[in-house]
Amino acid sequence: MSFNTPISKVRGLGSARNGTHHWWMQKIAAVALVPLTVWFVASVVQMTKADYFTVISWLSSPIPAILMLIYIVIAIYHLRLGLQAIVEDYIHSEGMKVGLQFSILFGCTIIAVASIFSVLKIAL
Amino acid sequence: MTTIKRPTSPHLQIYKWGAHMALSILHRASGVALGGGTLLLAWWLIALASGPDEYALFQACMRSIVGKIVLMGFTLALMLHLCNGIRHLFWDMGKGLDVETTARTNIMVFLGTALLTAIAWVIGYGLV
Repeated sequence: MSFNTPISKVRGLGSARNGTHHWWMQKIAAVALVPLTVWFVASVVQMTKADYFTVISWLSSPIPAILMLIYIVIAIYHLRLGLQAIVEDYIHSEGMKVGLQFSILFGCTIIAVASIFSVLKIAL
Repeated sequence: MTTIKRPTSPHLQIYKWGAHMALSILHRASGVALGGGTLLLAWWLIALASGPDEYALFQACMRSIVGKIVLMGFTLALMLHLCNGIRHLFWDMGKGLDVETTARTNIMVFLGTALLTAIAWVIGYGLV
């Protein structure tokens, strides 16, 4: 027999079961993504007409390579958290929810690893 | 635990549609679309890492009409998510939550999206 009130049992637990941590991480990533997105767009718009070797030499230099790696990690982390929240909000069947959460995590991991590997292969 | 039958709050379809509601769902929709944009970014980087032939194929795809439409969608989604995301960060600090400010920032988000997309395309392709 527990003397906890119903509210005390659920306090701090949303549908994600871990309180505000998810929301806070999403916000920290969002703040970092503001300047990173501006840098990313300002860079790629200059690459539309560039040939292969121009783009390779740009991405081989340290600052663009480092910023690209940071952008990939934070953007995909932010993407994963956002997609996770959408599934928590709109999918109510437990099996479907778990299946989609696995797919989102695996999918985001694969995209991140493939992108990071490619940048390292170009830059190193 | 006893459940008390309480009156329920009116749901979405009761309210008149407005820019704030459109932007709310567009923020999520653009976020999902940017997941597709991430695939495009990965393809670009993988093509670059694979060599000139693979990169030529990527460029040919992006220069096609379909490629341009996809890139325009990517740019719009990114700019909308950026502008509305900045507004969300202000909301999280408790700023700009009243109706008048929200109505004003709705317009700022739409104009910012259009302006930033136009700037990116003028620099990138010399056209709007």
